[in-house]
Amino acid sequence: MPGTTEYPVQLIQPDGRRVHNPEYQALVADIGPEELRRLYEDLVVTRRIDTEAVALARQGQLGLWAPCQGQEAAQVGSARALRPDDYVFGSYRESAVAYCRGVDPSAMTAMWRGVSHSSGDPAAVNMANPAIVVGAQGLHATGYAYAAQLDGAEIATVAYFGDGATSQGDIAEALTFASSWGAPVVFFCQNNHWAISEPVHLQSATPIAHRAVGYGIPAIRVDGNDVLAVLAVTRQAAARARGGGGPSFVEAITYRMGPHTTADDPTRYRTAAETEEWARRDPILRMRLLLEREGLLDADVQRRVDERADEVAHRMRTETITMADPEPSELFDHVYATPHRVLDEQRRDYTAYLADDPACALATAAPAAREEGVRS
Amino acid sequence: MITTFAAALNAGLRSALEDDPKVVLMGEDIGRLGGVFRVTDTLQKDFGDRRVIDTPLAESGIVGTAFGMALRGYRPVCEIQFDGFVYPAFDQIVSQVAKIHYRTRGKVRAPLTIRIPFGGGIGSVEHHSESPEAYFAHTAGLRVVSPSNPADAYTMIRQAVALDDPVIFFEPKRRYWDKAEFDPAAAPELPLDRARVCVRGTDVTVVAYGGTVATALAAAKLGAEEGISLEVVDLRSLAPLDVDTIAESVDRTGRLVVVHEAQISGGLGAEIAARITERCFYRLEAPVRRVAGFDIPYPPAKLEKHHLPDPDRILAAVDRTLAA
Repeated sequence: MPGTTEYPVQLIQPDGRRVHNPEYQALVADIGPEELRRLYEDLVVTRRIDTEAVALARQGQLGLWAPCQGQEAAQVGSARALRPDDYVFGSYRESAVAYCRGVDPSAMTAMWRGVSHSSGDPAAVNMANPAIVVGAQGLHATGYAYAAQLDGAEIATVAYFGDGATSQGDIAEALTFASSWGAPVVFFCQNNHWAISEPVHLQSATPIAHRAVGYGIPAIRVDGNDVLAVLAVTRQAAARARGGGGPSFVEAITYRMGPHTTADDPTRYRTAAETEEWARRDPILRMRLLLEREGLLDADVQRRVDERADEVAHRMRTETITMADPEPSELFDHVYATPHRVLDEQRRDYTAYLADDPACALATAAPAAREEGVRS
Repeated sequence: MITTFAAALNAGLRSALEDDPKVVLMGEDIGRLGGVFRVTDTLQKDFGDRRVIDTPLAESGIVGTAFGMALRGYRPVCEIQFDGFVYPAFDQIVSQVAKIHYRTRGKVRAPLTIRIPFGGGIGSVEHHSESPEAYFAHTAGLRVVSPSNPADAYTMIRQAVALDDPVIFFEPKRRYWDKAEFDPAAAPELPLDRARVCVRGTDVTVVAYGGTVATALAAAKLGAEEGISLEVVDLRSLAPLDVDTIAESVDRTGRLVVVHEAQISGGLGAEIAARITERCFYRLEAPVRRVAGFDIPYPPAKLEKHHLPDPDRILAAVDRTLAA
């Protein structure tokens, strides 16, 4: 693995031709025609989820959405390298990872719609809730990985983050802790070139993977728009974690083709020429060219893939727009796992207020004081 | 047994480690050194370096990785070496630890205990004598407690570690060497969120917590010599506040003085004054008064005697309350 930080690993060229790379080809030797088609389906379905969610946001059904368009191969390739008992931490842009982990797409939209802060039950999919303060999850993953090691569990824990997050102290601290403890964590950086309007060179003067080397953590750069190459390098890193080899760092070089969120206007900070250049490296286009070149994509397969994408998107749309607003009493639910006297009182008072109870205005006063208050 | 505050904490942590194999201690210098205040003395020797874990020197890292361990079912007890070092971990505490249960609608718990030696009175340098409790008491999702004596230190640390919510556990560092007798086998006298009336009195209620409880007790003793009867309430829990216990006391005395080391503006004393005014307005004979630190950064050691509430300042406030 060391020594691969200069030239990104690639197994498929943008025009769909294979790249001869015996070391990394061997890691995906089991990916035959059906597995390739399945990866292609994942890419298409997750882009469909993304475009549907953007549409829902434009229609006012979601307050916001963070598109992952352009990053599907980095997310699908890495997520499909994992086993169900591996554990994943991510930020808010990991919708394709979440899909691969089995998160219901309507659980993803619930957060952006403002119905809930959460994206379902982390334990059901072994994927933590999205970190909005980016970088924080690097430490959570490191602690989780270390705890798994204490348990004797042979699993990999993956922290997904972007190039912007690498400027946060928490990622630096996570690298320190992981290195010091030999924690079985895979740091998976999606270098998508833009942290809202800030280009990656504002975050790092060197290739991001170089930083890990300084912590004694083996690092690799991979073409993040090449699903097969990402699958290969992530399998290698995850196997290393599961086998007790400690942490590793993957920098997937990719591109956020859309805005940072649906509230962002990327035309203010980047050129059309740059976006067009990356459109030619589109991860889905690349996979389709490979399949066509190898005679694996006919009309039936394409129809099956499109139907699956439509079905997932339709279900997400229906479930999202019919989502009920939470009850007001849910404001107070789950702040604490154990009873809390101050919060119990606030819940009681506000419930009485909503019920238009005439006594509620004085509900915070002690019973004796209330009597005096009424008398005066 | 007779023991110091620090040794009582050590015994409490030892008992927590014995009771539950998922309890781990984490922090800087807590292993072979036993912590700079020796609170974790001998624990790594007896429980191993996988239960008593020396961490790199990074507070956000300590709390953030402890949080990750909690997500896998562990019950980490983090030591922040000094109060003024907690700020790098502030984001992890308030944005992650405090909110995960709410964020996940109860599906994920963060049973962390974050121990912070706090407050002044030990003649130390900058960043070693601060009182940041209001920041944490202001944060929903956290419980904030502070024992004032060895017996409570022993009991409350065990209660905090066993609780399924995150607890900020403030240890008044100038009391680490105070000694007292207590029975470790005795059942807890109070739940973790209850205040205690330490001394009964009839004239004025004095509420204090952590390091200032002993100061308030000293004021009560001096007051008694002058014929003033103070009732001293040890808050123990800063969040949630046990307003009931304070209000019952004020219903008896009709007067309230709140004492804390932290700066006065926006401090716990303001919250207590507001709550008691709501609850006891018709019983109060005088405005609630606060004796607290000034609105200054913690001063150099040679000035801290002016900044910290002492028995004389408490009695001066009591006098003004009685004169009102």
